[in-house]
Amino acid sequence: MKIHEYQAKTLLRAAGVPVPEGIVCKSADEVAAAFETLGGDLAVVKSQIHAGGRGKGRFKEHPDQAGVVLVRSAAEAKQNAERMLGSTLVTIQTGAEGKQVNTLFVEQGLKIARELYLGIVVDREVGGPVLIMSSEGGMEIEEVAHNHPEKILTEPFDLSAGLFPYQARKLAYALGFDATAVRSAEKFLPKLCKFFVDNDCSMTEINPLVLTEDSQLLALDAKVSFDENALFRHKNLVELRDLSEEDPSEVRAAAAGLSYVNLDGTIGCLVNGAGLAMSTMDIIKLHGAEPANFLDVGGGANVEQVSEAFRIILSDDNVKAVLVNIFGGIMRCDVIVEALLEAYEKVGITVPLVVRLEGTNVEKARKMLDDCDRDIITATDLTDAAQKVVASLSA
Amino acid sequence: MSILVNKDTKVICQGITGKSGLFHSQKCREYAQECQPGVDVFVGGVTPGKGDTEVDGFPVFNSVGDAMAKTGANTSMVFVPPPFCADAILEAVDAGIELIIAITEGIPVMDMIKVRNAMRGSKSRLVGPNCPGVITPGVAKIGIMPGYIHTPGTIGIISKSGTLTYEAAWQLGRVGLGQSTAVGIGGDPIAGTDYIDLLEMFQNDPGTEGILVIGEIGGSAELEAADYIKSNVTKPVAGFIAGQTAPPGKRMGHAGAIISGGGGTAAEKMAGLRAVGVVVSDSPAGMGDAMKEALGK
Repeated sequence: MKIHEYQAKTLLRAAGVPVPEGIVCKSADEVAAAFETLGGDLAVVKSQIHAGGRGKGRFKEHPDQAGVVLVRSAAEAKQNAERMLGSTLVTIQTGAEGKQVNTLFVEQGLKIARELYLGIVVDREVGGPVLIMSSEGGMEIEEVAHNHPEKILTEPFDLSAGLFPYQARKLAYALGFDATAVRSAEKFLPKLCKFFVDNDCSMTEINPLVLTEDSQLLALDAKVSFDENALFRHKNLVELRDLSEEDPSEVRAAAAGLSYVNLDGTIGCLVNGAGLAMSTMDIIKLHGAEPANFLDVGGGANVEQVSEAFRIILSDDNVKAVLVNIFGGIMRCDVIVEALLEAYEKVGITVPLVVRLEGTNVEKARKMLDDCDRDIITATDLTDAAQKVVASLSA
Repeated sequence: MSILVNKDTKVICQGITGKSGLFHSQKCREYAQECQPGVDVFVGGVTPGKGDTEVDGFPVFNSVGDAMAKTGANTSMVFVPPPFCADAILEAVDAGIELIIAITEGIPVMDMIKVRNAMRGSKSRLVGPNCPGVITPGVAKIGIMPGYIHTPGTIGIISKSGTLTYEAAWQLGRVGLGQSTAVGIGGDPIAGTDYIDLLEMFQNDPGTEGILVIGEIGGSAELEAADYIKSNVTKPVAGFIAGQTAPPGKRMGHAGAIISGGGGTAAEKMAGLRAVGVVVSDSPAGMGDAMKEALGK
């Protein structure tokens, strides 16, 4: 689960991690007032959407307006805010459709000496959390890793003990910090690592992490996401969820206990199990078409969940055919067919439907399909299913 | 012959009084009774607070230690719900049970890191979590896979995925190949047993003639497996990687891959496996044929 920058900074501040002074605003007038309240001669107005690349992003309605701007007066702050609020910001991470900006975050301007990168993730190989730092602040870390892997420093730390001061010093010296900055790192880095563990984060990324002119570390940006499986023990974090930032179909699917990812193709897929669902997408592509979605109905879905899965798939206008691929283990094939026939009844399936069933109760399920008067195309194996569903597009 | 599960295996289920725990204990018992008539393989279960009771013929104990002492169990199948599952696994480790197979899906990553740390130096082995389990066809199954799609034979399967493993076993059956043992290692970022552990076991198992490795996008475990295969595995290996068409992953996956110096896409993993002589199928429909081809080489 992702949260907004301003929410992340509120949490970080509470955890003792230094962040700039900032005020959350919902209107242009609030933005102007925030500039005055912060009291400096420089402030930053930042669009609050979940996607990154906001500084380089531009608004659809105002092609010259950046998603993050430096302003020098309350009037200038207000003018910018009027163009930003309610408009659609397109960044490298939003896709062409962009994201509507409903909230702005106004922060004090800072005297910045250096910009750095900092990220914390769980590394599979290490089997624990790892702190990543780089001298290349503000850059995409993937790009740095690709072009200058030597500029990436990593420091694994123990879950319970946290990051030790010596580990913070090791990184600080490697990054060429002066004595004051090293002392700042000894405090800043362990606190951030503790924040990561205490909140069951999947990722905490501070890009850029800045050194001010008086050699203090400060989180200038903050991107935080949480392990959804651990939200049960963080009721306060659940409240930070902003559903308007998530794909409506994916939200709907999650509510029904389904795992769904919307894609750009034309063949809807309904599959049980994540690996088989990915493989079904692969085989559609191998036969020359594109999948419209990833959908895993899970191991023990009931008729209602499967019907909802059909509704979600069919609500995508790009879907021109549907492939159902079920290998019944716990999931019984006859339940799938029952749901399928119910979906014809209630949802109305107007596109070609190809069904490949194998596993528990498959004979009963096949008989149900044979006995019904629906125009369902049956397939015997994965290849047969892919060929038939791709052929149905041009039929 | 086989790995992990054999005729000496005696299983208890942690979380046996839950709906899934009981249902699958019953299914596993049925399968074991067909395979080994008259032998008790599934000998009981554990639910704290419900000791000294019985559920459908399974004696229930308060602790893993009690259950082991009274039943002689050496393996635990774990169905405890995610918030309490790490604790259940650690209890089994503390009791010194040999093999722990955790089926539970949705355990917080931080909990699994604690489990992994606590298991350093322990003699217990954990398979999973978030996995279908382990089956030695004709002997016993410990997990949620349908027994009948598996036939006894000489192919070892190692897979991150549940239903894709069923698909693989079914395809192997169609080309006349049975399995020595099929192991689901689970798709979570932190797992108890990895490809390399199992490649070593299958390489050393006289009952295994070929190995089918099924992977997916994310992380770099399949590439490490390729390195291991290159210098340690002499048996024929076939493979498949799911997710060739998956959209670029969330940043989390990327950041993990950065640390390991790249890796994570299906294309890279397929190339890495092919480079060490593994017969990799492009199509998920070609896993059985790929295994056959590898054996014929």
